[in-house]
Amino acid sequence: MTRSTIDRRTLMIGAAAAGAALITGASGLLVPARAQGLAPTPTMRGGSNNYRPGAPIVDRIGGGGFWMTGTVRRAGDGAPLPNTRIQIWAHTTEGHERDPQSHGATLTDANGEFRLEMPQIVPAFGQPHGHLAYDSGAYETVFLRPVMSSASETSLRADFVLQPA
Amino acid sequence: MIRLRGVLIWLALFAALSWPVAVSATSPLLEWRGPIYIAAGFAGILGLVVMVLQPLLAAGYLPGLPPQRGRRVHRLVGIALVLLIIFHVGGLWITSPPDVIDALTFTSATPFAAWGVIAMWTAFAAAALALSRKKLRLSPRLWRPGHSGLVAITLVCTIVHAVLIEGTMGQVSKILLCALAVLATGRALLDLRAWALLKRRRAI
Repeated sequence: MTRSTIDRRTLMIGAAAAGAALITGASGLLVPARAQGLAPTPTMRGGSNNYRPGAPIVDRIGGGGFWMTGTVRRAGDGAPLPNTRIQIWAHTTEGHERDPQSHGATLTDANGEFRLEMPQIVPAFGQPHGHLAYDSGAYETVFLRPVMSSASETSLRADFVLQPA
Repeated sequence: MIRLRGVLIWLALFAALSWPVAVSATSPLLEWRGPIYIAAGFAGILGLVVMVLQPLLAAGYLPGLPPQRGRRVHRLVGIALVLLIIFHVGGLWITSPPDVIDALTFTSATPFAAWGVIAMWTAFAAAALALSRKKLRLSPRLWRPGHSGLVAITLVCTIVHAVLIEGTMGQVSKILLCALAVLATGRALLDLRAWALLKRRRAI
């Protein structure tokens, strides 16, 4: 019958391992996301609320005056994704989130950037916020729900990093 | 002289409680909201207004409404409060079902939602306790601290809920209304010694 005992050697090895882990961890050598490149953007809580799939690509939602901007990149190498469809909706001065006229879509340019003019977002359900979706199939679907730092702002930004489906 | 004092108290109370409602009624946000959403918001605001009145009625502080009569009105206003909460949540549900489902399942993106939902359930529980008190022959030892405790939780959660919301209420009048509710409830709980029966039991 063997008895497991914690002797001086095991303690020393344990302490050395813990110390090494602490040093590498603290110096930033143990960051998994960095090891694998750019991590994909997770869907935000409530991001898909009042989503209406298939919003048409438009030059502008309603009368405009407010800008929704952002970038779309690929997870891992961070390459910009051109010609990618992003759907946008919000509670604005021209309608509730559920109203069809509050929804529109745009495509990213060669640099993976998008920019869509829309009516001013106003506080609804307690926060001035917008909704964005990538839901086109080639990459995994992502829903974002950015919140404006102040209701008086006239633009809002949201960046996507997409994981190949 | 006594009557004049009573009239003045009622006038002051009316002014204090109608001011936050008036501020909300002139909010620019209303222009961009549908009628059901507006009604749902006002049901919430009126619910907070009612929470100032409830302890005043229960303790019989209001002129012309001494404890016994005050309690009778307290019961009716309590039922009104439950209905206001139902209108509030129901109207928001019609306006944006997924946001309310997220709130009720405690998965909302907005931190104030969970506080509101907790306040809703504790308010319902306080009302249910009041309604079933006679039927279940609840002893005052259970009933008094039970109802008071649930009401205190409801008040705290409601205030956190209200303060975190960026909506039609004015910031100053909202905080004033919350302060009035805390003062009224605190004073009534102290005067009525809602926990006294708990204490006596411990002493035995």
